Amino acid sequence: MSVLVVVECDGGEVKKSSLEVASYGSQVAQMLGTTATAVAVGEATEASLAKLGEQGISKVLYDAEPRLKDFVNGAYTKLIAAAAQKEDSKVIVLANSNIGASVGSRLSVRLQASLATNVVELPKTDGGSFTVKRGAFSGKAFADVTLEGERKIIAVKKNSIEALHEAGKTAQVESFSAQLSDADFADAPKQVVMQDQAGGILLPEADKVVSGGRGMKGPENWNLIEDLAKAIGAATACSKPVSDVDWRPHHEHVGQTGITVSPNLYIACGISGAIQHLAGVNSSKVIVVINKDPEAPFFKAADYGIVGDVFDVLPKLTQAVKELG
Amino acid sequence: MKFLVCISNVPDTTTKITFTPDNKEFNKAGVQFVINPWDEYALTRAIELKEAQGGGTVTVLNVGEADTEPNIRKALAIGADDAIRVNAAPKDAFFVAQQIANVAKEGGYDVILMGKESIDYNGFQVHGMVGELLGIPTVAPAMKLDMSGITATLEREIEGGKEIVEVNTPFVASCQQPMCEPRIPNMRGIMTARTKPLKVVEPTADAARTAVSEYALPPKKQGVKLIPAENAGELIKLLRNEAKVI
Repeated sequence: MSVLVVVECDGGEVKKSSLEVASYGSQVAQMLGTTATAVAVGEATEASLAKLGEQGISKVLYDAEPRLKDFVNGAYTKLIAAAAQKEDSKVIVLANSNIGASVGSRLSVRLQASLATNVVELPKTDGGSFTVKRGAFSGKAFADVTLEGERKIIAVKKNSIEALHEAGKTAQVESFSAQLSDADFADAPKQVVMQDQAGGILLPEADKVVSGGRGMKGPENWNLIEDLAKAIGAATACSKPVSDVDWRPHHEHVGQTGITVSPNLYIACGISGAIQHLAGVNSSKVIVVINKDPEAPFFKAADYGIVGDVFDVLPKLTQAVKELG
Repeated sequence: MKFLVCISNVPDTTTKITFTPDNKEFNKAGVQFVINPWDEYALTRAIELKEAQGGGTVTVLNVGEADTEPNIRKALAIGADDAIRVNAAPKDAFFVAQQIANVAKEGGYDVILMGKESIDYNGFQVHGMVGELLGIPTVAPAMKLDMSGITATLEREIEGGKEIVEVNTPFVASCQQPMCEPRIPNMRGIMTARTKPLKVVEPTADAARTAVSEYALPPKKQGVKLIPAENAGELIKLLRNEAKVI
C-alpha cells in the first residue's frame, strides 16, 4: 500500500514541480510507515526516472506507450488508476498543475477518494484524522482541510515544498502497461502549440519573476523587464490591466483571475498593487516593488522597495547584476 | 443545442477576506457577492454559441441557498433562458459536482460549461468530477471554444502552451480568458430576467468528502526596506547577500 506519486515529464526530464511532488510523497510515505512509488507520464528517459531516488522514491512505473507523450485526460486517468490499483495506494500525490488537477478530479470520483488541491504543507495525521493546509480565496487565505475516507488525493502547489536531494540514491524503474485502448485516447489533442518563453523559463515553474504594470507605459518598453529577467534567470509576468489592453499575452497575467505564483523572488515594476494582484503574488518568498508613487499600496506587501522611475531604475538593476557577475 | 452553465456565488474580487472569531467560517458580513468571474466566460460564450446556432437554450445552474438568487437573476439578465437552483449550501467540490451531475442527467444537456475554478475555494475540481460522474470528456481549462454541428474545437491551456482538442457532445469544459468578452446586463435584459423561469430543486443527500477545520490569513510582512533610487544597484547586493534569492 505504497504512496503513489504522479510525476510529469517533459523532453525526457522530470519537471521541477514533480520533483517537489515526489519529495512530498516520499515524506508522506515515511509518516505512514510505507514506501513511495511513482508513476511517470509524458516523455521520460530511464536515467531521469531512476534519479527520482534522490527524492525518496523507491520504484517508478513507466508505460512507454508513445501516445502518452502528450496529455490525454482519459488515458492518463486510466493509467494512474491502474497504478493505484497495482500498488494498493491509499494516498495519491500529484502536482496542482493543469494536468494534475484535470486527472486528480476524475480519479477522485473513479477511486472514491477525497481530494484536496492547492496544498502547501505536509499533512497532519494526529488522532487518526488527515488534514492538509491549502491555499484559498485566490491566495488571500489558507484553509486546513480534513480529508475523509480510506483513499486520499493531494495536489501540491508549486514551489511550496522544498525538493529533497539525497545524492546517489536511485529508484528502480519498472515497465508498466495499463493496457490502454484507442478509446482511451479519444480526447487526445489534435495539435500542441508551445509559446515562445522569454529566456525559456515558464512562468508557472519559475522561481524568480519580473513583472510589469501600467507604469511601464507601453509594450515597447518591455525590453527593460526582459533584460532584467534574463540577467537573473527569471520569467516575465504582468498585471491584469496590461493583459487586458493586450500589451502582453493573458498567460502572463498574475492575480486573482489570472495565475497565482509563489516564486522565491517577485519583482513588481510599475504595479500599484491592487488587492486582486496581491492575491496572486503574496505567497512569494521575497517581494520587491519599484514604483514612483511612494503611496502605492504594493509597498505594504513588499520586503524591499525602491521609490523611483522604472525607466531609470530597471537599467541600473540589470547593470548591477552584470557587474556582480 | 442545450447548454448548461454552472455558476457560483463568490465574494467580489475587491473583498478583504476575514473569518469568524473561531476561524471556522468566512465572515460574510458586509461582503458583496458576484457571479464567479471565471463563470462569466462560460455564460457569455454559451449565449454567443446559442445565438450563432440560431436556436437552443442556455440554462443556468447554481448550487446555493436563496441568497444567491440575485446573481442567478443577473445571469438571466445577461441572456440565459432559464435557471435551476439546487437548494443547498455547497459543502465541498464533490457534493456540488454530484448535484450538477444529477441535474445534467435529468436535463440531457449537450454542453456543460463552468469557470476554471471559483475564486473563493479555488478547487479546480468540479469540472473533472462532473465529467467522470457522467462518463463524458472534460476539457480544462479552455481558452477557446467553437462548435460545428456536434463537434467542439477547444484550445486547452497547458503549462507553456496550448493544445487543440476536438470532442463531440456531450462534454464538460471549464472556461477562462480569452474565450470571450463577458457581457454585462442591459436594461431590457434586466426587465425580461424578472419573468424568466427559476426552478428550485432539493439536493440529493450526497455526503461531502472534505471539511474545512480552520482558516488562516497569510503571515504579515515585516515591513519594507527602502533603497534610494540613485543607489538602485544596492538592491541587487541585498537580494544576493541578505535575502539570498539571486
